[in-house]
Amino acid sequence: MRNAFAAEVTAMAAEDSKLVLLSGDIGNRLFDKLKGSCPDQFMNCGIAEANMMSVAAGMALSGLHPIVYTITPFTTTRCLEQIRVGVAYHNAPVVIVGTGSGLSYASLGPTHHSLEDFAIFRAIPNIRVLTPYDAPSLRTVLREAVGSGVPTYIRIGKKGEKDLVPQENAVGIGKTAVVRDGSDICILSVGTIGPEAIAAADALREDHGISAEVVLVNTVKPLDHALISSLSERFRALLTVEEHSTNGGFGEYVSAHLAQKDIHVPIVCLGTRDEFMHTVGSQNYAREYFHIDAGSIVTAAKDCLSRAAD
Amino acid sequence: MPEAPIQHDLASLNSIAQTLRHRIIKTSHESGTPHLGSCLSCLDLLVFFYWQLVNIDPKNPTDPARDRFILSKGHAAPALFQVLAERGFFERSALDGYGENGSLFGEHPPTPNALPGIEAATGSLGHGLPMGLGMALASRISGTPYSVYAVLSDGECNEGSNWEAALLAAAQKVSNLTIAIDYNKWQATGRSNEVLGLAPLADKWRAFGWCVTEIDGHSFQEMADAVAKNSDDPRPKAIIANTVKGRGVSFMEDDNNWHYRIPTAEEVDLAAKELGIEP
Repeated sequence: MRNAFAAEVTAMAAEDSKLVLLSGDIGNRLFDKLKGSCPDQFMNCGIAEANMMSVAAGMALSGLHPIVYTITPFTTTRCLEQIRVGVAYHNAPVVIVGTGSGLSYASLGPTHHSLEDFAIFRAIPNIRVLTPYDAPSLRTVLREAVGSGVPTYIRIGKKGEKDLVPQENAVGIGKTAVVRDGSDICILSVGTIGPEAIAAADALREDHGISAEVVLVNTVKPLDHALISSLSERFRALLTVEEHSTNGGFGEYVSAHLAQKDIHVPIVCLGTRDEFMHTVGSQNYAREYFHIDAGSIVTAAKDCLSRAAD
Repeated sequence: MPEAPIQHDLASLNSIAQTLRHRIIKTSHESGTPHLGSCLSCLDLLVFFYWQLVNIDPKNPTDPARDRFILSKGHAAPALFQVLAERGFFERSALDGYGENGSLFGEHPPTPNALPGIEAATGSLGHGLPMGLGMALASRISGTPYSVYAVLSDGECNEGSNWEAALLAAAQKVSNLTIAIDYNKWQATGRSNEVLGLAPLADKWRAFGWCVTEIDGHSFQEMADAVAKNSDDPRPKAIIANTVKGRGVSFMEDDNNWHYRIPTAEEVDLAAKELGIEP
């Protein structure tokens, strides 16, 4: 996804002289083409994210289209006050991009994990939270976000994510993509965990005769309330899965909506537990550790459907 | 060669400053708004910037080519509001009901969308300079020439974000950015050179690659000279303005109780006499 990001930003910069990419001293060679073609539209702000975020806010208030890019914890919690005050309070249309989100950097330990960002940003007014799941969805929401006038946080993966929806069918901000049709349970998959949800739906169908629909979600905030309500009518159960803490995550957001609307549908919300992961490993290992891998989704879906049958 | 200092009508600036000092003190008494000491120490700087330096049209406050002024020490907003009203960004009557429920005017500046003339909603320290740096860089990137000015407090220099901004401004040779540090030697609970190791403040900014001038922060002539002398310097500029907290009222000067104290009606009258304001 980060290569797609670099290529798309390079193309967009050539079309939009107001676009400026601010980087926190990462992406070695990743932005060489941008630096070559539009040198005034790239700035390495150094390892100083608090300043970088406020600089971006100042640029946005002066009419530019700044994008701030670094590893997710450093473009979110590291400079949270600068986001809250400079970007959100001023309604300054900065696009904040966090790379290597969730458990992408499982091997780097919890300093580089980001499992709290939805919870934090959901409580901050004015700012959208986007979760593209593959390169085409990233290209689409990025183009929509830059120049939109709305402060936006985009949480992306690392590299090697495979395309789940071809570019020509990629959907924009707030729209969902159905990648498996089903009728028993609906799996709402947030961001880059998509392949696990799809693998789980395939296993549910082939091994257990359960028909699971998979809906890919690219927007955590604002929540599509109408969509949640309509899904609750079509399915016997809902399952949400996200590479984020269950505390304050997308699943809680959906559950709160259902509860407040008096909609009674069994729901299970998969996310990371309320703990730091002290061991290292691959992203797949970390997903298994937190029970958000395909096998765990299968188990949880079966449990939820048996609850629905009671 | 430094240019000859611009000739200023210093008497008129002094007169404006004394009038505004009185209004700030009176408003503090009426509304219960604190930070009088902080307002009075930076007021002369604000008057200099708004009447002598900053290229702005109060009738066109969002002109893309305007200069930007940021009061980074947002707790001196009571001073900024009086300056903006006197400069014509809004009617003085807008300040009626200061601090009351529903008023825009309180202890800190609201956002630019909420009030004409405001460039940044400061109040949380350490945001104004980095945001101003972004505005100064935007001038260069967009090819729209303008200057950015910010007034910081000495206590505010505790915040690390300022030093991050200082590093980037030097690396990017941001020559259209000027800050003035209201060096009144106090912060909320103690001497600013004792709470953290602030001194030598001018040397710190110099070491960060800035063009630094140290002046008397209550001398309009020294402000004018500092600006004129360095106008062609390619570096970002820092004016270390030595000031007196509570300046202009003998019983407030250099007394840090006035960081929070609200003056009584008698104290407002006493201050008015000292400031030469007719009752």
